[in-house]
Amino acid sequence: MDINHYLILSALLFTIGTVGVILKRNVISVLLCIEIMLNAANLSFMAFSRYLGQVHGQVMVFFVMVVAAAEAAVGLAIAIVLYRNRGTLSVDDADTMKW
Amino acid sequence: MTDFLWLIPLLPLAGSAINGLIGRRLPKPVISLVACGSAGLSFLLAALTFFGLNSLPAAERHIVETYFTWIASGDFIAEAQFLLDPLSAVMLLVVTGVGFVIHIYSIGYMHAEDGYYRFFAYLNLFLFSMLILVLAGNFLLMFVGWEGVGLCSYLLIGYYFERRSAGDAGKKAFIVNRIGDVGFVLGVLLIFLTFGNIEFTRVFHDIAADTQRFPVEAGAGILTAIALLLFIGATGKSAQIPLYVWLPDAMEGPTPVSALIHAATMVTAGVYMVVRCSPIFSRAPIAMEVVAVVGVITALFAATIGLAQTDIKRLLAYSTVSQLGYMFVAAGVGAFSAGIFHLMTHAFFKALLFLGAGSVIHAMSGEQDLLRMGGLRRHTPITYRTMFIAALAISGIPPFAGFFSKDEILWSAWSRGHSIIWILGLLTAGLTAFYMFRLIFLTFHGHERFPEETRHHLHESPPSMTLPLVILAILSVVGGLVGLPPWLHLGANQFEHYLEPSLELALLPQHGAVSHSVEFTFAVISVVVALIGIALARWIYLKRPGLSDTIAARMGRLYRLVFRKYLVDEAYDFLFVNPTVKASTGVLWRTVDIAVIDGAVNGTGHSIRTAAGILRHMQSGLIRSYAAWILAGLLIMLLYLTFMRA
Repeated sequence: MDINHYLILSALLFTIGTVGVILKRNVISVLLCIEIMLNAANLSFMAFSRYLGQVHGQVMVFFVMVVAAAEAAVGLAIAIVLYRNRGTLSVDDADTMKW
Repeated sequence: MTDFLWLIPLLPLAGSAINGLIGRRLPKPVISLVACGSAGLSFLLAALTFFGLNSLPAAERHIVETYFTWIASGDFIAEAQFLLDPLSAVMLLVVTGVGFVIHIYSIGYMHAEDGYYRFFAYLNLFLFSMLILVLAGNFLLMFVGWEGVGLCSYLLIGYYFERRSAGDAGKKAFIVNRIGDVGFVLGVLLIFLTFGNIEFTRVFHDIAADTQRFPVEAGAGILTAIALLLFIGATGKSAQIPLYVWLPDAMEGPTPVSALIHAATMVTAGVYMVVRCSPIFSRAPIAMEVVAVVGVITALFAATIGLAQTDIKRLLAYSTVSQLGYMFVAAGVGAFSAGIFHLMTHAFFKALLFLGAGSVIHAMSGEQDLLRMGGLRRHTPITYRTMFIAALAISGIPPFAGFFSKDEILWSAWSRGHSIIWILGLLTAGLTAFYMFRLIFLTFHGHERFPEETRHHLHESPPSMTLPLVILAILSVVGGLVGLPPWLHLGANQFEHYLEPSLELALLPQHGAVSHSVEFTFAVISVVVALIGIALARWIYLKRPGLSDTIAARMGRLYRLVFRKYLVDEAYDFLFVNPTVKASTGVLWRTVDIAVIDGAVNGTGHSIRTAAGILRHMQSGLIRSYAAWILAGLLIMLLYLTFMRA
């Protein structure tokens, strides 16, 4: 298969994730969309790793996965605190910090 | 002998530091002891130095002590060095001697004042600066002393700073002196440009050695320029026309300050400087002419103002201006030693007059108006007697000190061909005698013109105040004996002879071959003029009280003009002060400061606030909006990297 297929798929996934982050109001959905974006990037890394015959890309993927795990832990913790304090999971209700 | 020369100015500085830094916590006796002790020790050392110098042969009486290099920048080198010669030795004695006496007087006079320690700290600092001025071995160090005494003068005039007039007078003195100082600094710079150094000894030897380059200038050459610039400095410090206006206002300060700074020592700094620079001045005849003419006009002008003053201290202030004019006349006609002689005797009797006036004011519970005094001689006998002696001395009655010095100046003016200056000087002498005895008669004789309450408090001053009066009175009597004129057939003038080593590089005009009998005749003339002045004062103010008012009414406009001091202050306000204030307010303040500078600063702040006011709406608190902005930024970066970098 051509590398372009992988890259197009990666770009599609990244776009879907980005649009989701901007449009979704539920915190859990936003976190899921971020996960999609990260994995889209991972797909690109893997494709290039195979294409160039190097392991650098795969090393980066591990880093991204570690960061994603940490981000998920912190993000879900924030979601729980938000629900406890506001009784909602909508990101639009967490708008106290503004001008 | 010169081992402790450096201690003479440093002792008062130490006293000033102690009183200035920790004086607030010290009891008054300790403050007095520190201040008077340092001044007294300084006087003792000055006396030892004086006698040490005199033990040397006349030709060797010129000692330069260099302590360290103060400034070295390229060709310009200024050493911290003292010059000891007969001229500075005489000044040392006068400054420390009169200074010490006035320190003692101040203990009594200031005992009830707030800021007692502050007063003595300033007074000691003044003594230090003045000693630096007279001992300095180069022009720049002299300028340090010159500015130092100006600062102390400002601080002490404004001593009663809670009184607005005192603050204003201090500022006036400071600003007027700065105008003169510009001339002094320019003169020193011109000396450096011309000679390549600023040491008195080297500059004067260069002038004397190189007669090709520095002849006696027929026209206006470089030496004339230097001399005139230095003289501008002298007019500021020594209160000559046109910069004399600060001195009468300086009487806002405490009376001991008026006596020490504004009569006996600081204001004579200009005369001292001119005499010190006699090698320059004596080769610049035009400058000499200017000095003599300014001196005699100031002497006459100030004496006429003195006629109508009713404030005892202001009258004495105008008298000081007038007497300083005499000293400049002496310097201007080339009789430098006569100028210093008068400086010395004037220091004695004018300090005495001021201290006496202070004693009178003290006794009168603060009253300074002559018209509300009278008959005080019964209540304050010591003050009366000593002030009477001082008045005789300043009027030029033999054998008191002022007679010898003033007569020598007048005789020098005549014998060197300045007959108009002699006539004006003689007229001034008559006026001096008149206004001095007007003061004496109005204060001590006649009816008591003060309220019963003042009379109740009336008392002679304490011994710490009367003792200095007596000391100065003795000096006013015998001070003139050091310079007896040759017509007494007791040999040449000793004072003139003593100063010769300091003036050897100056081109002194030779005395005309005039017999002693002619000189004696001139002395008789000036004594007669002085006696006429005294008699007139006695007739108007003692024999016919009320006659003075009749005369004042008859003179009308002229009297009012003199009473209001020829409107000089008003003229200066109109010509210089008000335009400056208006230009500063209208242009510098309202336009430059508020519109331009403040406008730029406030405008910057305002525009940033406006921009921030718009931009801050981005901070909406909506996380999805932030995410969209991040995306927008990312897209812009990607577009830039893709298309613009290609």
